[in-house]
Amino acid sequence: MSTAAIRALPRETLVNAVLALALLAAPLIAQMLDEPFYVSLATRVAILALAGVGLNLALGYGGMVSFGHAAFFGLGGYVAGITALHAFEGSDFMTWPWSVGGSDQLLVVWSVAAVVVALVALAIGAISLRTSGVYFIMITLAFAQMIYYLAISLPTYGGEDGLSIYLRNQLPLGDSNDPLTFFFVCYGLLLAALFLSARLVAAPFGVALQCARMNETRLATSGIAPFPVKLTAFVISAVITGIAGALFADLNGFVGPSMLSWHRSGEIMIFVILGGVGRLFAPLAGAALFILLESLIGGMTDRWQLFLGIMLLAVVLFARGGLIGLLAGKVRHD
Amino acid sequence: MSVAFLIEQLLNGVQFGVMLFLMAAGLTLVFGVMGLINLAHGSLFMLGAFFCSWIAEISGSFWLGLGGGFLAAAAAGALIEIAVIRRLYDRDHLDQVLATFALILIFSEVVRWVFGDQPLYLDIPPLLSGALPLPGGGGYPVYRMAIIFAGLVTALGLYLLIAKTRLGMRIRAGESDREMIGALGVDIRTLYTAVFALGAALAGLAGGLVGALQSVQVGMGEPVLILAFVVIVIGGIGSVKGALVGSVLVGLTDTLGRVFLPQAFKLLLPASEAATVGSALASVAIYLLMAVVLAWRPKGLFPVNA
Repeated sequence: MSTAAIRALPRETLVNAVLALALLAAPLIAQMLDEPFYVSLATRVAILALAGVGLNLALGYGGMVSFGHAAFFGLGGYVAGITALHAFEGSDFMTWPWSVGGSDQLLVVWSVAAVVVALVALAIGAISLRTSGVYFIMITLAFAQMIYYLAISLPTYGGEDGLSIYLRNQLPLGDSNDPLTFFFVCYGLLLAALFLSARLVAAPFGVALQCARMNETRLATSGIAPFPVKLTAFVISAVITGIAGALFADLNGFVGPSMLSWHRSGEIMIFVILGGVGRLFAPLAGAALFILLESLIGGMTDRWQLFLGIMLLAVVLFARGGLIGLLAGKVRHD
Repeated sequence: MSVAFLIEQLLNGVQFGVMLFLMAAGLTLVFGVMGLINLAHGSLFMLGAFFCSWIAEISGSFWLGLGGGFLAAAAAGALIEIAVIRRLYDRDHLDQVLATFALILIFSEVVRWVFGDQPLYLDIPPLLSGALPLPGGGGYPVYRMAIIFAGLVTALGLYLLIAKTRLGMRIRAGESDREMIGALGVDIRTLYTAVFALGAALAGLAGGLVGALQSVQVGMGEPVLILAFVVIVIGGIGSVKGALVGSVLVGLTDTLGRVFLPQAFKLLLPASEAATVGSALASVAIYLLMAVVLAWRPKGLFPVNA
């Protein structure tokens, strides 16, 4: 490691700390100024950043360019929507072989979302990870589309119209309907996911994962099979994104096929890229920048997508380090 | 269920497959020769459809429109190749995905800006209206038959171009060793632009042809793009033959699945449930097909040695 790189390290830590504190301060100030809109905007940033943290684990550290993370985001959302629907109606999700009803408890929703998303990610990952490179991109995209069309063709759960969540799922302590409380929940989960990512990446597992990205043969030669490492990372990544999806559905009081659309996959990927691939806080920086620009430019013109396209193109062609790269210097190695 | 109905559905499946082939051929060529994954291919399809219906409306001729859509897509393809795509050949797939995703956003917004939010409609030309009689009664639209014909002619033309012409020889050489062909004095940059424009033109042609069957609107290219991905993954990325086989396979699976799966489930389940389960399964049938093919052959049916 060069001396310049060593000097860059604490600077990235500093940038990360400023980002985290800024996101925490924003809704508190908004609350004081009586601007509830900005509290929900900050909550959106926290949730979308959480989805990005999930993707970053697979994409940034594992080099698995998944273009299908909307599937996990949307599945998490649908779990929240469906459990809330059954709890609201007092009906059963299934009656055979045993009776399973709904729930309006966030902790239950998150656990179910995690299990459902993990199982689906295990299946998708097991097939997709047999391939690599451009095949992997297209296959993850195709599987996400499959789940999208499945959601559209199920009239029981809203089909094309989606599902409304009439009552936000509840916390064991505190009131999740209070915007600030709900923000703290999302923010806490974001920090937990960032902490988990940091620990995972530093652990032997993370070293193996990054080695799988850089040189799979080398990893295999040193006695570690790459496939289980990558599959495990893919599933963890999907679960984090899935929990973000469940939060997003509860924030909006709605879940629909748009949460599963491939534009959503592209968007989550944009957060990671705007922030800087393979940087721990990239998703937070990217999501914050994205949401800020969206609400600023989107408020002035209908052509926000045009600006987004041009900006994304410029970042990819000319500014590959992303926002964190700009603020904290180049990445340490590679 | 009559024989005529079965033939009609088979033809629908083939027609859908042939249309997918026009999209998949360009995608797979561009990937085979330049190693580029191009998400904006669907935008070129959309562009072809818009120019076709716009020119057809002001000139009154479907054929002028079709030619115009073909040329407009080729021109747009050449333009983005020179302006953007060229810079991406040396980049990893992630950069290619993001940059071409950005192009989709830009194209969609610009088209919405220029042509407005309302969908355009394109009429089937008088020459191709009407129906062909089918054995066992009923008829099949001449226009759909013409699409099948046009697609097969294009497939043949593409085969001849790649196998028999000088340009085709260079394309094949570029696929197997791009440094060597450059060292032998072939202008590789122009070759790449030509291949990209060719793929774009095929997408534009597909867009123009489909424009008379459905409404022409922003975003129409995206579902087709993803199906074309499924096709080339099944066929083997980089293989034009694989794209043809994959397209017809996907076209038939999708069309026949939508017709017959709900009916098949009626034998097992009550009618209302059968319709739901059947149509849900039909909507994912091609993805299941893809999963099965990949589990069996991870590099597709006709793997290309990279």
